Amino acid sequence: MEPSEKARIAKQFIEAIPFSRALQMHLDEIGDGVAQISMPWAKDLVGDPRTGVIHGGAVSALMDTCGGAAVMSHPEAPAGTATIDLRIDYMRAAKPGDVIHARAECYHVTRSVGFVRASAWDGDSDQPVATAAGAFTIERPKGSSS
Amino acid sequence: MSHRRPEPVQIVKERRDKALQALVDAVPYATFIGITFERRGDELTALLPFDEKLIGNPLLPALHGGAIASFLEVTSIVGLAWQSLWDDVESGRIKGEDLSAESLPRLPKTIDFTVDYLRTGLPRDAYARARVNRSGRRYASVHVEAWQDNRSRLFAQATGHFLMPPAVEAPLG
Repeated sequence: MEPSEKARIAKQFIEAIPFSRALQMHLDEIGDGVAQISMPWAKDLVGDPRTGVIHGGAVSALMDTCGGAAVMSHPEAPAGTATIDLRIDYMRAAKPGDVIHARAECYHVTRSVGFVRASAWDGDSDQPVATAAGAFTIERPKGSSS
Repeated sequence: MSHRRPEPVQIVKERRDKALQALVDAVPYATFIGITFERRGDELTALLPFDEKLIGNPLLPALHGGAIASFLEVTSIVGLAWQSLWDDVESGRIKGEDLSAESLPRLPKTIDFTVDYLRTGLPRDAYARARVNRSGRRYASVHVEAWQDNRSRLFAQATGHFLMPPAVEAPLG
């Protein structure tokens, strides 16, 4: 499959995910094991109304989706994956009202596992809100030899 | 010999349920995902009723890893905050009439959170319980387990570290 065709299928698949849609995630970039997704601030995603800061769980969801997308777009990975584990480190609170961007890179794949690192930031800041590291499954069709 | 009669059970239950409800209401994201809590004494069980919007893989179908992570993190934070709120409410440091989303003590802040996905999250209800393994003045470590049909077959678990809010001062006088 051509890389551009693979990216197109991955984009289509990710944009159809109900939970990502509920969080209004938007796929900004995908291809070659790298994905970038943004998520707008929303009242529903707030963890503490006194500050208006988005809940860590919503940032986790963004990181997880972005990590999965990066794995799916890797040239050596078939287009299916599930999260094995994901660790998120929260550096600071995201600024209320700002869009959160996440960028994930699948930096290594084996026959069965894709290794991912990711970071998230808000607005035009280059100070990360959170970073993540995770392992994802590589789902191969039954009976495939590659 | 003086003996104080125990409080009527209804009053005790009402105070505890009100405290729990105020705590959960203070987290809009928990409401958005649909998380509720059941209480037996001080033990909490979080409930995530199945909803189409929680799906992450429509082909299987399976719950989204992010929805599962969110469920576990909300359960951890509420479980941790509940432990100190319970002490504050039972000791009278926080009065029942003062309980609202605005007057609650600040919530713990997540430092890091690591989720293990053990099995596919099926399109049905999920449950979770958090265990506070260590809660100091500044830092806390929490482990949380989630299951669906069988309590002994976990589909996800997580460990997180949290920064604790400043303790509530005892009222003067």
